[in-house]
Amino acid sequence: MFSYCSDPSTLDGLTWLSCYLTTGKHMGLYVSVVTVLVLLAVTAPVALLFGFAGAASARSRIAPLRWFGKAYTAIVRGVPDIAFFLFFVIALDQGFEWIRHKILCSDWDQPIRQGSDFVVCDAAKLPLSSSPQWVHETYGFLLAVLTFAIVFGAFAANVLFGAMRAVPRAQMETAEAYGMSHRQAFWRIMVPQMWVYALPGLSNLWMVLIKATPLLFLLGVEDIVYWARELGGTKNARFTDYPHGDWRMWYFLALLVFYLAFTKVSEIVLDKIMKKLTHGQATAAGEAQRKAAA
Amino acid sequence: MKKLILTTAALALTAGIASADGHGKTVRMGTEGAYAPWNFVNDAGEIDGFERELGDELCKRAKLTCEWVKNDWDSIIPNLVSGNYDTIIAGMSITPERDEVIDFTQAYTPPDPSAYVAMSADVEVEGGVIAAQATTIQAAFVAEQGWTLVEFATPDETVAAVKNGEADAVLADKSFLDTVAGTDGLVMLERMEQIGGGVGMGVRESDQELKATFDAAIQSMKDDGTLNAMIAKWEVASQW
Repeated sequence: MFSYCSDPSTLDGLTWLSCYLTTGKHMGLYVSVVTVLVLLAVTAPVALLFGFAGAASARSRIAPLRWFGKAYTAIVRGVPDIAFFLFFVIALDQGFEWIRHKILCSDWDQPIRQGSDFVVCDAAKLPLSSSPQWVHETYGFLLAVLTFAIVFGAFAANVLFGAMRAVPRAQMETAEAYGMSHRQAFWRIMVPQMWVYALPGLSNLWMVLIKATPLLFLLGVEDIVYWARELGGTKNARFTDYPHGDWRMWYFLALLVFYLAFTKVSEIVLDKIMKKLTHGQATAAGEAQRKAAA
Repeated sequence: MKKLILTTAALALTAGIASADGHGKTVRMGTEGAYAPWNFVNDAGEIDGFERELGDELCKRAKLTCEWVKNDWDSIIPNLVSGNYDTIIAGMSITPERDEVIDFTQAYTPPDPSAYVAMSADVEVEGGVIAAQATTIQAAFVAEQGWTLVEFATPDETVAAVKNGEADAVLADKSFLDTVAGTDGLVMLERMEQIGGGVGMGVRESDQELKATFDAAIQSMKDDGTLNAMIAKWEVASQW
């Protein structure tokens, strides 16, 4: 990075550190921090959408839709995350490739399943094996977002399902008395009021999601915990210009600070949202807010 | 004018085909990147080591374009068979169990003994607590002996377990332990275990063409002595 970094063994103190912390390998760490933040920013809304769809269908009056909603929350919540990430993602990837294979290579005469191998024609590969590494990484990242969204969507569906039931029945009855249709009452009365009951559960999910990112490496996406372990491990002078002992403790300490800071910021933001949502609600906290203002 | 456009289009098309041919097939090489001197991540953040140099040379000889991919050891075989990359080149010993799931090229390093590293030279390994990387031949060996086995996801953690007293000794490839023995009070034990059948590249069982290509390339490197020179340079194994 810096011009004085050509021979690190002659350096010491802060100059050494400035060289050490700007190696290509450390850049990988910094990039992975951004990756994790982007993943969280994209996954959270998508998972919420999955959760909302799941909860709404679990309450549906149409039986098959209700079964689907209930089965989704029950099954996905029951399967361990790591099993989900090892098998489901591979199955998903193979599903995509199978569809492309059927469309693009109709003249293929070999079986797709050969023993334990999954073989599709070159054109059906996703991404193409000739595409550059960043395409593969982006694809892995998108698969990760989808998988996280499905897993956390199931938990969110359960939370939202409970929140919808927590909205006082009297509110819905009043809406009906005013002549609102089922759909109108759902969108105008229930949905705006349920968030205040859902938020504590959703904020828990958010905290768990923050910590679930090491599962990314199972998909070939390098996350911060991978880099902390890799950078912190003992480095032999034969293979690096920056030999050092077992520094994992320091790297994990930095991770700890990162996660704690992140949690703190999340808490502050969630508290603010909670205050906003409570405003004017028929709950104890809403009542307290009204009294304080009066 | 129309003809001109057609000709240009035809030219462009053939040019595209020609360049695609000259480029060769892209082969994705899967490795772990945590097993010096075999494969590791260097200061620049790139994959480096014996297998990087070997793989690049093999690809040059086979006229293939190679792309390097890092993957966790635990899921390295499932990701190969599902087609995320085309070869495993990660210090993987050829064993009958693995051979049932994937195929191996001919070995590029001869079978070498596995060694122990402990905090003192008089540690009794039999009946002791032995650390090994999960799903390796060494872990299978310790389990077979009926000794207490503690498994870790990465090679680095197995060594750390010995240093902090969690395990009495670590069993791993001698070349890997050579890089840690002598540091932080670690010593290599006299005892060695003759396990494994040499290290080869893993390919999908359906990919016989690729297997033959790499077999030929490895053979040519064995014949002209470049493979031995590379083994000597990285001190990974005994020579052919």
